[in-house]
Amino acid sequence: MRLPVDPEVAERLARLDVPFNSYGLDRFGISRPHLAQFFTVLSWFYRHYFRVRAFGLEHVPAQGRAMLIGNHSGGLPVDAGMLLTSLILELEPPRLAHGMVEKFAQTWPFVSTWFSRIGQLPGLPENAVHMLRADRLLMVFPEGARGTGKLYRDRYTLVRFGTGFMRLAMQTRTPIVPFAFVGGEEALKTLYHNKLMAKLTGAPYWPVPPHIVPVPLPTPCSLHFGAPMTFEGDGDESDEIIQQHIDAVRARILELIEDGRQLRRERVAQEVPR
Amino acid sequence: MKVLITGVAGPMGRLTAELLLHAGHEVLGIDRRPWPDAPRGIRVLQADIRKRPAEDVFRTCRPEAVIHMATVTHLTARFEERYRINLHGTRAVFEHCHTYGVRQVLFIGRHTVYGAGPDVPLYHSEDDPPIGGSTFPELGDLVAADLYAGTALWRWPELRTAVLRFVYTLGPLRSGTLASFLHGPRVPTVLGYDPLFQLMHERDAARANVAALQANLRGIYNVAGPQPVPLGTLCRVTGRQAVAIPEPLYPRVTGRFGFPRLPRGATAHVKHPIVVNGDAFRDATGFLHEFSETQTMDAFRYAALPTP
Repeated sequence: MRLPVDPEVAERLARLDVPFNSYGLDRFGISRPHLAQFFTVLSWFYRHYFRVRAFGLEHVPAQGRAMLIGNHSGGLPVDAGMLLTSLILELEPPRLAHGMVEKFAQTWPFVSTWFSRIGQLPGLPENAVHMLRADRLLMVFPEGARGTGKLYRDRYTLVRFGTGFMRLAMQTRTPIVPFAFVGGEEALKTLYHNKLMAKLTGAPYWPVPPHIVPVPLPTPCSLHFGAPMTFEGDGDESDEIIQQHIDAVRARILELIEDGRQLRRERVAQEVPR
Repeated sequence: MKVLITGVAGPMGRLTAELLLHAGHEVLGIDRRPWPDAPRGIRVLQADIRKRPAEDVFRTCRPEAVIHMATVTHLTARFEERYRINLHGTRAVFEHCHTYGVRQVLFIGRHTVYGAGPDVPLYHSEDDPPIGGSTFPELGDLVAADLYAGTALWRWPELRTAVLRFVYTLGPLRSGTLASFLHGPRVPTVLGYDPLFQLMHERDAARANVAALQANLRGIYNVAGPQPVPLGTLCRVTGRQAVAIPEPLYPRVTGRFGFPRLPRGATAHVKHPIVVNGDAFRDATGFLHEFSETQTMDAFRYAALPTP
């Protein structure tokens, strides 16, 4: 079954700087027909369900490699989906970002195939290097699944960042564009984790919100991009140096989160009927 | 150059021998199978590479280069037989090469040695470990032969050794692992998975062998052609019907209902991609594939049509 493709999505995908062959596939297995279906669905969520606003998109390079590094939140990777959609719908020219997906998702039928077709590859350093050397845009959540698994009481805090992204960025001379996603914590307020469901599905956790079913609620969300950060070196530096760089990125993301939360409070106050 | 091809009577051996002959080389061949209508200029000895007559070819003819492609790849062959031919045969060939002063040897391997799995990267480089045997035990002999061939690089440095890990070959000859998988009108796939398959035209593969010889290649190289295609696309373009089977039933269904027989370990190769980076080989030899993915799949498809 195929959904009718949103004409705007189709027009913007046609302008992507991705070399598709006659089957609409690129060398990483990304498929233009799958992208069209995927972003048709996500664009509705972007415009009408989460009513996403994006700030600072001018910081995302129009071409060449870059790493988008941000906070993970909200039980399900809504932040990733909205970020990808934002870059397709609002960036000029549109760009496709590639996420680094957790290994467990590769073992799920249908899900793993869809991830591959829309350019979301297994989160392995080798894959990241290939994409960056091909001058693609990489989307990385250094908190990993621990980030989306945060409980509501820990909202808008950042758990420990992995160090791999920083070493890769330095090794491949890739600028880091920090970003914050605000609203995800409110869309799905994780009260606790259901360990049995996590075990049954092979997922690292199963979020249980107040409304029981782990489906995000329609709440306004926003994306906030910061200016690119570059770090000199070859990625073989000591852990202390790498950690200092990571702390700088982390601090910038926290600033962006705070700015975003302030704007969100104002927006929600305006939208509440008086 | 005087070139000896082991496994010359196989479809890829024949194609490579003909290209080498055409390029002006003197071609000898060894195979257990006959090649009765071999072109003039190609001398074929029907012998087992592990036996005395094969060694006599090395002693009396003194080839300057050897292309070793006498390996059994069809997984329906008995396990012991595969080990005898693939590992012990490879050992015999390399020892003869060393003993009788061969200058250059190409070992024709395959990209499946890298293995398939959910945590395996796309575009393997030659530095990646060949762990195919861990999830697919039936590949163990081929992985062992590949690694054994690689040891010649340090054991006998004067023997210029190249281990070539080819992606699946496909084309009008309808031979090889992928062609066997696509043999019938219906191809069993695993429900919910559509992995990338990397393939190259048989003729391009034979050309790559010649290019490796001419470049006097040394080292381990992946050999790839056009960009990979998903299995679903491969089935569609080759005129096959992909039949999606739930994973628990997959090993029970293959080998029945007209589906190809596959060992249990092969399921991972139908779920997850094995894709290699062939840039190092291209840089070292100047090799460029001539056939696109569409031309390669079409060549297989239309060669399979019955002659009117």
